[in-house]
Formats: sequence, structure tokens, C-alpha cells
Amino acid sequence: MTQPFTCWTTEVGAADAARAGGKAAALGELARAGLPVPRGFVITTAAFLLHMDGVDPDGAARGALGTLAADDLAGIARAAGGLRARVVGQALPPEVAAEIAPACAALGDGPAAVRSSATLEDSAEASFAGLQDTYLAVRGTDAVLDRVRACWASLYNDESIAYRRRQGTGEDGLAMGVVVQPMLNPRSAGVMFTRSPVTGDRSVVAIEGTWGLGSALVGGEVTPDSFTVSKVTGEITGRRVGVKLRVHSFTPNGQGISATPMALALRRTPCLTDDEVRALARLGRQVEDHYGAPQDIEWALLGDSPGRFVLLQSRPETVWAARDRGPIASPQAKASDHVLARFSRGL
Amino acid sequence: MDPNSAGLGETTPLVSPEGGPRFPLPSEIADAPGAEDWRSMYPYFTRFQPDDDKRFWFYNSMHFPEPMPAFDTITAEVPYSAIGANTARVFVFPTTLGIEHRIVNGRVYITANPVTDPDEIGRRAAVFGERAGYYYENWDTLQAGWKMRIKGLIDEITSITVPELPEFDDAAVVTESRGVAQNHYVRENFHRCIDLFSRMWHHHTEFLMLGYGAYVVFFQFCKQAFPEISDQAVARMVAGIDVIMYRPDDELRGLARLAVEAGVDDLFTEGCSPPAVLAALAERGEGGQRWLSAFERAHDPWFNVSTGDGFYHHHRSWADDLTVPFAALPRYVAQVRDGLLADRPTESLRAERDRIASSYRDLLGSDEEKAAFDQMLGLCRVVFPYVEDHKFYCEHWFTSQFFSRIREFGALLARSGVLAEAEDVFQLHHTEVDQALSDVMLAWAAGAPPVGAAHFRPIVAERKRMLEALRGWSPPPALGPVPEALNDPAVHMLWGVTQQTIEAWLRPAEGEVRGVGASSGVVEGPARVLTDVNQIGEVRDGEILVCPVTAPSWAPVFGKIKAAVSDIGGSMSHAAIVAREYGMPAVVGTGDATKRISTGQRVRVDGDRGIVQVIA
Repeated sequence: MTQPFTCWTTEVGAADAARAGGKAAALGELARAGLPVPRGFVITTAAFLLHMDGVDPDGAARGALGTLAADDLAGIARAAGGLRARVVGQALPPEVAAEIAPACAALGDGPAAVRSSATLEDSAEASFAGLQDTYLAVRGTDAVLDRVRACWASLYNDESIAYRRRQGTGEDGLAMGVVVQPMLNPRSAGVMFTRSPVTGDRSVVAIEGTWGLGSALVGGEVTPDSFTVSKVTGEITGRRVGVKLRVHSFTPNGQGISATPMALALRRTPCLTDDEVRALARLGRQVEDHYGAPQDIEWALLGDSPGRFVLLQSRPETVWAARDRGPIASPQAKASDHVLARFSRGL
Repeated sequence: MDPNSAGLGETTPLVSPEGGPRFPLPSEIADAPGAEDWRSMYPYFTRFQPDDDKRFWFYNSMHFPEPMPAFDTITAEVPYSAIGANTARVFVFPTTLGIEHRIVNGRVYITANPVTDPDEIGRRAAVFGERAGYYYENWDTLQAGWKMRIKGLIDEITSITVPELPEFDDAAVVTESRGVAQNHYVRENFHRCIDLFSRMWHHHTEFLMLGYGAYVVFFQFCKQAFPEISDQAVARMVAGIDVIMYRPDDELRGLARLAVEAGVDDLFTEGCSPPAVLAALAERGEGGQRWLSAFERAHDPWFNVSTGDGFYHHHRSWADDLTVPFAALPRYVAQVRDGLLADRPTESLRAERDRIASSYRDLLGSDEEKAAFDQMLGLCRVVFPYVEDHKFYCEHWFTSQFFSRIREFGALLARSGVLAEAEDVFQLHHTEVDQALSDVMLAWAAGAPPVGAAHFRPIVAERKRMLEALRGWSPPPALGPVPEALNDPAVHMLWGVTQQTIEAWLRPAEGEVRGVGASSGVVEGPARVLTDVNQIGEVRDGEILVCPVTAPSWAPVFGKIKAAVSDIGGSMSHAAIVAREYGMPAVVGTGDATKRISTGQRVRVDGDRGIVQVIA
């Protein structure tokens, strides 16, 4: 359906971050690699830029942000607040709205997820995780059109600007895509790192999950179940069942999601079976192998047993990748020198 | 077992000054009721000393899961004499001296003596580098020499005879002018047995610590590179495939095949009596003869495998007692008939081992690390055949023969009336056997009866009674103050004792036993608790074996059980290795599973997490 302002997620790939934003590019890349990704469409950065031509024709407001000091929070709040109000208040360019409405119809009339996809996010250097907005269970095309502008505006969230100022990232060329997908109603959802977030161990996959929508976990509202799986042997080497007191869900006719107390029977029940844990870890490895580097992945499990996993996002793991440790051992003249040295150092 | 002393719970209500639970001090241990005189069985140097309260000791239930008969203390005295000599004095390990052992209420407790002074470590390291380096560099050549020497020792111990002490000595003493009468050889030959046992243990520990040393270094590298790697994953990269300890079981499989091929398989039924089967085979023509001669060939040396670990006289070898092999044969025969008896899949085991190693190698960060990994793993694979195979030669073949010879000296003492029966010799310390034999030598020379009966028979009777009483005593898993950190990987590997094990010993959870997850998977089933290897025949299909420690000769029962749980053992212990091969869950190093689980209870074994739960 490639059009000036929209395309299917399957029509973009890793190289398209400038056109579709980082999240959309990653989803398209996963889909192209044959990995399970929910369908959806992208409102490209061209739509954002067109909209911003109306909001900030000479780019002066955006340029001014780039001169603020990272720790000038009051100044950032003042400048950003005004810009966000204008982004949301400005009418959507009609040619953009004209493409979004039929795309929404093509997804079906159920609720949708409207997710930010900034050009800078999910890069190998920095995750920008959680700094831009995502709207879940959005019902109706008008609501989607509203949320698209809200996503765009979130590029100018105070924290987002402060983060960019700290990172020294310029405001020029910054743009925002938006991904619209049918809203999923998962049995369980969560995140997965294809290396240990605690120790950096590359031989394990670390999984966290909870019942229902993953937003409860990402937002820190539950103590998730956590599992550690060896990539090499497939053994589940670590397992902690969290006490999951709340669940995020949505009603078919309502707008947005609600957080309610978790059913008693589910609170201390693992949200994944051992087989599901192993299957998910294998999926994580496939993603890592595709990218050739450890990944930070969001996942959801759909349907009843046996269920079907889908990936909601994948980005390069950035924390451990940045900690360049020296080699822990070097080859010696003789293999036994390793032993002699070790025993002379003490146990 | 005394119901009042079952379970660890009653040994741990002690509270440390900090308020947490603590282990009893050696001086706080009360004599087991009914065995107050247990000290009279053991040499003075095995007793706890007042200063021993300041050190941490743990119960070596891996090697000594039962109260020690007086003679059997030689299996602590001699090995600790040899292993300490090799680590502290011969190879001069920089950071460790030897192991001290003590006996209380019949149980062996041990502690290791570390070297902590940096100057002393440095001084020792210089010597260690030269000596250990020499062995590592010449490993294969030295190993070949070792095998020849150990086989020489086996030949010697096998050929030692006990003088008959007939009325008149051999004429040859005169015609060959030997000049030495045969009563002399009573003592000399007995001393040779003890001396050969000591030599064997020196050779046993000659390579052992160096072998484990190479493993420890690789193990620590893997833990550093992959902080979350399981102990068993490291073990699987190193484990040998053509391990000699599997051979006795392989021989049984071969005999089962031959029974079917030769048409004599009908004789091998559940509960069959070995002598009756052997007698019947002799009547079965060519097929029977073919089986019997194959049996003879397998018998020597492969049936010199102990039903224990070579530390107790009553752990008889298959050759001495055919119960264990004949308990396994009917099952194997039935599997042959059904076309289900498979050989150990050595090729796929090897392929899996290599796949695991290369997968971890690929995950390493740099070529430098990969090269170091190759060196360390390569060295492990050079030394590990020794680590895995020495047990057959030392603890099984040699030791089975050693105990048989001592039993023959026991028969001499019984013939001359000092003891009521040959087996009673094992109730005497070897220095006491020495005295009893002097009595017999003197009596034969003097032409008078020995006087030992009045002296030794009451002692033997009292000791047998005390040993029974000592069985009812629950040894605390450890004694003395808990060390700040117990991170010695060699102790972890050999005994499965880590900081976590000690925590579990101190704070046992209700209905749950924790240990080392040694082989992954989760199963449920009825427990079969064996405290003694002689109960091995009681194991039924589908049960979960709970035992103090498994010995290699238990391999045949692994075909029957669903999971294995042991009190003691690390990820390289026999139970762990065999369980991984059979693909069944195993939890080892639990400390006290045999005390907290009863036969018939339904248990859930989680080999991933190392947890055993009692369900009902």
C-alpha cells in the first residue's frame, strides 16, 4: 500500500528508520525475517514533517530546543509545553488523514494500539526506552487520528528533550513515525533479554512476564515472573515466580486500558509453562541470530494452550554492550600455565 | 533408626551470638546412647581436640555414610595420609596443605588446612610451578607408567597368601635352606597388605589433585565468562565418553545379549539365585558353556567393581557377591528380547559434548578468550580420563582384592580360635589385627593355643553392638563456626559443599530438600530411600532413588528409576554423570535427603532448580 504518508509494517526494514522510525523499522525487519509480528501500518515521518510545517513553519521553535541546557528543566518545560500544545492543537493535514482512515478500516473495527516510532529510538547506542508515548485500546478512526498527534507531540516530552540534550543529540532531522496495530489481548506478556541483564552473561536468555498486557510489567506495576534459560542446553537455570497483584486489560467497547487487582488464583501462578519458556527463549535466539547482537525484546502470548508468541518490539541491548570488558583470560605459552597461575593466586 | 533422632531439625536449634542458627561445636556432641565407649574403637589421633572447636568441620558422608567399623578407619587414615602428602609436601600446592580428619560417634568429619600468608604462598608457588608443571607436561607418559605401576600393585595384592600354619612347615624350608619359618610370613604378608594399600593411595592421589586442578581452572573461567552457566554444563564439556567405569555395566549388557543368542535366556528371571543359574547353565550344553566362558572373561577384571565406593569392607564386589549383576540381568535380557536394549549412544554423547563446547566458545567475546578456552578445555580433556578411570583401578579393583586378603587373615584368626568368624577381623583396628596375628605366630611356635579369644571376642561383640547403636545417631552435617566464605571450588566439585549447601543445612525448609541441580527435568514419583548399598535389590521400576551417595556399580538401577537424589555429591559426582547420560533429573549434595524423605513418600524432583519436594 506504499503511499506518501502510510505503508504496511512489512514494507519497511532495518534500513528504513529515517522514513518509518526505529520501532516500525524493527517490526518490519522482524516480519521480513519470518518472525511472528502482529500486522499493522506505519504513518511515516513524512506525515510528521508535513504536520510540523504547519506547526512550526520556519523550524524556529524546534531549533530553540537544541540550545537549551540539559539541566535547565524549567526552560525545557516552558518551551516543550508550548510546542506540544501546538502539535496537538493543529489540525491533521487532510492528505494524511485521508490515508489513515482506510488503513484503519483495513485493520478491522476492533480497538488499536497507536505506538510512537521516533527516528532515534531503538538505535544501537541508546534505547530512548519509554520516553515517547504509546496508546493502547484506541477505538475508532477519530480517536486514532487524535492519538497520532499525541504520539507526535510526545517527541517533545520534557524528559525526552532532556535525554536528547544529555546525549548531545541535535534536534535537526528529528522525526516521528507512528505504528498502528490491532490491539492484542494476550494471555501473558513481557520482555526478554538475550543476555542476562544482571550479569551480562551472553549464554542465557532472561525472560520476565505477567498475566495480561505487558504494560503492567513495563510500567513497573507488578513483580513479574522471571526465568533464565541457557541458550546452549535449553535448561531453565533460574526461575522466580513473582506475586503479580495487578493486571492490565481493556474492555471491548471502552477507550484505553484499566488496571485491576489480579485474580487470586493467578497471583502466584507462573504466567508461562516450562515449554512456553523454552519456546520463547528459542524465539529470542532467532532474533539475536538475525541481528547478530543481543536484543531487548517485548513479547506477548496469544490464545489458549498451546498459544502463539508474537514479538512487539526488538532493539539492541545497550547497557552491557557499552561496558567493554577486557578479556578474562589470554592464551599462555603452555596450557598448564593457566593452572599453575591460578593455584598460585589462591582459591 | 531411632525415631527421636530422625531428621536434621533436632540438631539445629542452636543459636549463634548473632542470633542466626549455628552448628554444634565438636565438644558439644554427646556420646550416642548405648555407644558411650565408641572411642575405644578408634585410634587416639582421630579424636577431636579442644582447639578443634575453633574450626569448621563437615561430615564426609560422601565417602563415609555409615558408622566406621574399627578396621575400616584405614580407608580414612591412609587416604588422608596420602592426599595430604601429595598436595602439601610433594607437589606443594601453594594455597592448601592437607586434610585433617576426626571421628565422633563413628562418623568421619574433615577440614582442610589452607595457606593464607602471601609470602608462604609465593614460596610454595615457585616449587609447585616446577613440580606440577613437570607432571602436566609429561602427563600421557607418566600416566602410562602409572597404569603399569597400579596394575603391578593389583597383581601383588592379589597374589599375597596367608600362611596355613600346618603342624610341620614345608620341607622346602629345609631343602632350600630358606631358614625362615612360615609364621614369620603371617606378619610380613599382613604388613604387605597394609603397605600396598598405602602405596595404592599414594598413587591414587599422585595425579588426582592435578587432574581436579585443571578442571577447577576451566570451571572458574567458564563461571567468569558465563556467570550463569550451570555446573553441569561445564561438566558436560569435559566429561569423558569412553569411561572405564561404564565397562562393568556394558559387560552385563553383552552377557544379556549372549543369553538370548545362546538360548539360555529363560534362566534369567526376576529374583533368580546366582548359584542356581550358574549350575543350570552348566547343564545346558554348548549354549550354556558359551555363556559361562563369556561370564568368566567378563568376571576378571570387570566384576572387581565394588557395590560401594571402596571405603567399607562390607561393600562387596560383584565378583564376591553376584546379587547386583544378577539383579540387573533379567531386566537386560527382557530388553534384548523386546529389541529395546541399546548400547550407550557414545557417538551422540560425543557430538552433544562437542556441540555444547563449541556453542559456549562461539559466545566468547574475543579470539584471545577463545584461544585460552581451547587451552583450558584441551588440558581438561587430557587429564580427565585419569580422573574418571582411576576409581576402577584403585577403589574397586585393588580395594576389593585388599579386603579379600584381610578377610583371609580373618579366616586364619578364626581357624586359630582368636575370633569367632573371619568377618570379625573388621572389628579390629589394623594395629590390633597385628597384635592378634602375633598371638597366633607365637602360639604356633610355642605349640600352645593362642590366648586372644578371651581378649578379642568380647571386644568384637561389644563393638558390633556399639556400631548398631551408632547407626541410630544422626550426625550433624557440620560442626564448628561457619567460615566467612566457603568458595573453594575444589570442595564444591568433590563434595558439593558450598555456601548455599551450608545455608540449607542451617535452615532446612519444611517439606523441601535443596541441593545442586545436577541433571535437568522435573518428575514425580514414589521415593525409595536406600541408606546401604546392600538394599539395592529393593529398587522398583519408576521409583525415585534417594541415597547417601551413588557408586558407579549402581549403574544398572538407573534403568529402573525416574530420578536420583543424593545427600552428597557435586556436579561431577557419579550420580550426576550417569543421570545426565540417562536424561533423568538429579539433585545431588542435598546434605540430608535420606533423613528427611521416607520410602513410599511421593516426591517431586526438580533437577533444574535443585529442589526436592515431598508432596504426600
